[in-house]
Amino acid sequence: MTIESHQHVTSVARDVLFNESDHSQPGENVETKTVGQVTVASPVITARHVNVHYDEKHAIKDVSIDVARNSVIAFIGPSGCGKSTFLRCLNRMNDTIPNARVTGSICLDGADIYDRSQDIVQLRARVGMVFQKPNPFPKSIYENVAYGPRIHGLAGTRADLDEIVQTSLRKAGLWEEVKDRLDNPGTGLSGGQQQRLCIARAIAVDPDVILMDEPCSALDPIATAKVEDLIDELRENYAIVIVTHSMQQAARVSQRTAYFHLGDLIEVGPTEQIFTNPAHKLTEDYITGRFG
Amino acid sequence: MTEANSAPVGTQAKVAASLRRRYAAEMRFRAYGILAIAVGLAFVGFLFYSIISNGYTSFRQTYLAVDVEYAAELIDPEGGRSAEALQAADYAAVIKASLRAQFPAVEGRSSLRHLYGTVSNAAEVTLRDRVLAHPELIGTRETLWLMADDHVDTFVKGKIDRRLPESDRPIADEEIEWLDQMRAQKRIDVRFNRAFFTNGDSREPEQAGVAGALAGSALTLMITLLLSFPVGVAAAIYLEEFAPKNFWTDVIEVNINNLAAVPSIVFGLLGLAMFIQFFGLPRSAPLVGGLVLSLMTLPTIIIAGRASLKAVPPSIREAALGMGASRVQMVLHHVLPLALPGMLTGTIIGMARALGESAPLLMIGMVAFIVDVPHGVSDPSTVLPVQIYLWARSPERAFVERTSGAIIVLLGFLLVMNAAAVILRKRFERRW
Repeated sequence: MTIESHQHVTSVARDVLFNESDHSQPGENVETKTVGQVTVASPVITARHVNVHYDEKHAIKDVSIDVARNSVIAFIGPSGCGKSTFLRCLNRMNDTIPNARVTGSICLDGADIYDRSQDIVQLRARVGMVFQKPNPFPKSIYENVAYGPRIHGLAGTRADLDEIVQTSLRKAGLWEEVKDRLDNPGTGLSGGQQQRLCIARAIAVDPDVILMDEPCSALDPIATAKVEDLIDELRENYAIVIVTHSMQQAARVSQRTAYFHLGDLIEVGPTEQIFTNPAHKLTEDYITGRFG
Repeated sequence: MTEANSAPVGTQAKVAASLRRRYAAEMRFRAYGILAIAVGLAFVGFLFYSIISNGYTSFRQTYLAVDVEYAAELIDPEGGRSAEALQAADYAAVIKASLRAQFPAVEGRSSLRHLYGTVSNAAEVTLRDRVLAHPELIGTRETLWLMADDHVDTFVKGKIDRRLPESDRPIADEEIEWLDQMRAQKRIDVRFNRAFFTNGDSREPEQAGVAGALAGSALTLMITLLLSFPVGVAAAIYLEEFAPKNFWTDVIEVNINNLAAVPSIVFGLLGLAMFIQFFGLPRSAPLVGGLVLSLMTLPTIIIAGRASLKAVPPSIREAALGMGASRVQMVLHHVLPLALPGMLTGTIIGMARALGESAPLLMIGMVAFIVDVPHGVSDPSTVLPVQIYLWARSPERAFVERTSGAIIVLLGFLLVMNAAAVILRKRFERRW
């Protein structure tokens, strides 16, 4: 894949499918087969008619969805349903996969992130990501958190940087545990601490959105509970998109839930409604444990 | 198969029977492994024993105490004591006269030739330097320790059997007699052989040293390292991290893999045609040697570099990219530090191969007989393996021990290089 080619398709698709002026309108009506309410009143991310192909495989089929500010949206669905793929479209991590092709439009505050003028480094500074397996850099705890601010030039002085590191670690609920050993390697922490360090690292650059790809799947229940509490606190300042295999987790931390099935976005709605009164048969089958 | 029908008992019996076979196979496998290692160690042990037992004597040299008569009529008949006159004086005559005085009974041309031949002609230089430094010595006499000739040295070290018939050994009966006399008078001493480490090559074994080859090897390897490490690492990074995967990068990859297997002498021919004929660089120079060895080492470094870049876990790349690092930042800040120990290992393997390489250097003239120790990369020089090859071809008995001595020096060089690499690697090593 070349970036040019899919960007070309993107802009054509955008022009054909809907008008530039109306896709950022809140609560607009979107032509979609998804059940429920895909749009919200004040979206930070609006994805419209997104398709992803890996070579011949059609991984994401015409997905349209909004991500609301200061709220958590959970993507659930059986393995291989495309929820992680879609998540990775939101900060263009799919660009690193050579044969992935993305069409449709994804806008961050109204600006298409697949547009040619969009700088990918800037995009990733605004849309942070936390991965399934905790992946701190093999450097000190301090350097892990300081890395983002440093490469983006966010801190003018050493004192500023110290301040950012401390604030980020506090927000991630890790400060009390590591304040005496900031020079120790980040890889020496426990799994749960490492994942919170990764969250601290992500929020150190003050993003608008944090993407989390099954952030608790490698953690024990206690560490999971801590991370979930943290997600709930972070909602005050950030929009959070979380992919999870655990329906209990989706129910605990999210305000909205989206159910993916074989590349289709089947149903989106308030979490409570999805789990108590799903509208679509497939959603109901999944959450009642009939498959998945 | 009646057991098969009585299910659980039969199954257990079969498992028990197969267990014995499995354990036997395991024991056999371990025994083969231990045997293989033992055979390997035995060969290495034999190699080291033979080299060291042959070579350690080359680090020692026989000296003879001679009562030197600084006769004024031989050194400076004019009496002007000018530096030119002292420089040009016939010190061989001084030594000959002193030896005659020490063994007054020796007569006849052939006996006298034997007598004069016991002292190395390096002794003339020793005498000259001494007289130039202290002109007041002229007219006096003193006892000087002079370097023995190689056949005397070899005999004194016990490498020539005196029971052999005279015609079968390089030392005559009368010489043995004189040496026995001198030994009785404590006029023979075997000392540390400084000349072996400070001299260049020489036709006279007792004056031949490895300094020239050692300096040549060091200069050549320096050029090789300076060229092949940065270029190899840069090529590995570009091919692994930045290059698009297409037909052309596949072609390049196949070619690099093939280059690693090209016989080294071909690189020598390439160097001869390109660097010497086309670019007109000097022959026999470490510069050209280094360039040729770089060509040979590059594929090794690139392949090892790519392998160690591949071994860096993708989660580190994702973390860096997810933080908004550019590709170059991702590579320089995160991937390269983790891949560097592996790259250093590959580099040291390539450098060790380059150190031991002689064939391509023969093609570019580093096989010449060069007495001077090189001081720059364009001075003519030779390298240790070529020096070993040159000495191994020489007929003198004394070059046998010097060949082994040079091999010991080469192995020592290799050991120092590897130790440096291990220390560097330990410093860069980080766990993830």
